[in-house]
Amino acid sequence: MEIKALLMGLSDNVVTCITDVKAGEKVAYRKGDEVLCVEAAEDIPYCHKIALTDLAEGADIIKYDESIGRISCPIERGGLVDHTNLFSVPRDYDAEW
Amino acid sequence: MQFWGYRRNEGRPGIRNHVLILPTCACGSESSRIIASQVKGAVNIVFNTGCSDVQANTDMSQKILTGFACNPNVYGVVIIGLGCETVPHDKLREKIQAMTTKPVVSFGIQDEGGTLKTIEKGVRAAREMVAQAGMQQKELFDISELYLGIECGGSDATSGIGSNPAVGELSDLLVDMGATTVMSESIEWIGGEHVLAKRAATPEIHNQIIEVCKKYEEHLSAAGQDCRAGQPTPGNKAGGLSTLDEKSLGCIRKGGTRPIVEVLEQAVPPSRHGAVVMDTAGYDISSVTSMVASGCNAVIFTTGRGTCTGNAIVPVLKVTANGRTYQRMEDNMDVDLSPIIRGEKTYQEMGKEMLKDIEDICNGKLTKAEAYGFSDIAVDHVCRFV
Repeated sequence: MEIKALLMGLSDNVVTCITDVKAGEKVAYRKGDEVLCVEAAEDIPYCHKIALTDLAEGADIIKYDESIGRISCPIERGGLVDHTNLFSVPRDYDAEW
Repeated sequence: MQFWGYRRNEGRPGIRNHVLILPTCACGSESSRIIASQVKGAVNIVFNTGCSDVQANTDMSQKILTGFACNPNVYGVVIIGLGCETVPHDKLREKIQAMTTKPVVSFGIQDEGGTLKTIEKGVRAAREMVAQAGMQQKELFDISELYLGIECGGSDATSGIGSNPAVGELSDLLVDMGATTVMSESIEWIGGEHVLAKRAATPEIHNQIIEVCKKYEEHLSAAGQDCRAGQPTPGNKAGGLSTLDEKSLGCIRKGGTRPIVEVLEQAVPPSRHGAVVMDTAGYDISSVTSMVASGCNAVIFTTGRGTCTGNAIVPVLKVTANGRTYQRMEDNMDVDLSPIIRGEKTYQEMGKEMLKDIEDICNGKLTKAEAYGFSDIAVDHVCRFV
């Protein structure tokens, strides 16, 4: 099966598409030695992210095994995750170290 | 894994045996260029600073100049000064001679009575040095002796998911074999510094990483500038990078995942083997300059949009995961990582494959920028010229 997205970390809840994907298209990606699949719920542009599970509002988006922000609305499996629904969480550096 | 290098009396071996024609300041740069062009085996740099500077800028330019001279890829140094610069040629020579036993000579244009007389002396000295350098035989060294710089520039949406993770994998493999790799561009850690800090080998190193980022932000803010404003850029967002966190994580991924054993100031050599980081500008040429001055043997450079840059002292190996860029700029790109973005190979596989590229370059294979004789540098500045 043609690989259409990349998983950057084993705990990630998004994959990054390496081709333009149409709604309803099956998106194959590798996880270790396995090839898994997620169906696109909407059009996903090249290099954009697609949700691997149903996500509630406020959920962390995990890429590279790290949070890259939280989402401002629920996103279903196969949905587009981009700057319109993902925001950076301000950090309190003084409290962290 | 081993490589054929040149033994030095101090520190790591070199993978090149250049005679460096080193100007003390901008005024010596053109004479240096002409001397290098007359002598096969000699390289020059063009220096845009070295005079009319506040102390902090002078300290920086001196670290760069002495660091270039001490870089293990350099066999010997011919210094060309003017005479009235902040640190004249004889003073710079004495500094370098206190740091290394390699051959160093120097001439001043005012002392010699003009450029032609200086160029004649410089050419004679460089000719003698390259003749001696040519007699030095290569020896076999363990890969743990290698010190590799890691850089990115002209990034695009493929960088964070293709070339940077692949180079990160390469870095991990080299570190596991005892080598040293350095990732710099601290301004680009911001947004992901807490993740980078998690890689710290000790709590002190963790705090140093956070502190470096904090100080960088404060430095810019003192001049009324904000490094977070407008990040990620509209172009980044259109390319799929939604937050500064995502952009930074994709960027720092090129440094791999191994524990960070040291945080270096610009142009300072590492004192330990393993993964180290350096506090430099995000300007790729300036960052490479500082890593070369810290003694790295080679630089691996990831790009998305393509770049032609090269350095006179170390080979710069340019890699891209953007297939179109590789095709369009094949004259400048060394390694095609686009199979990652086509889903044909994983970044782990391609990271491992690049060990062979590193081995080849150590053993003398020229990078494209090296074959063209490119010599880009940029010295970081604390504030304006005076």
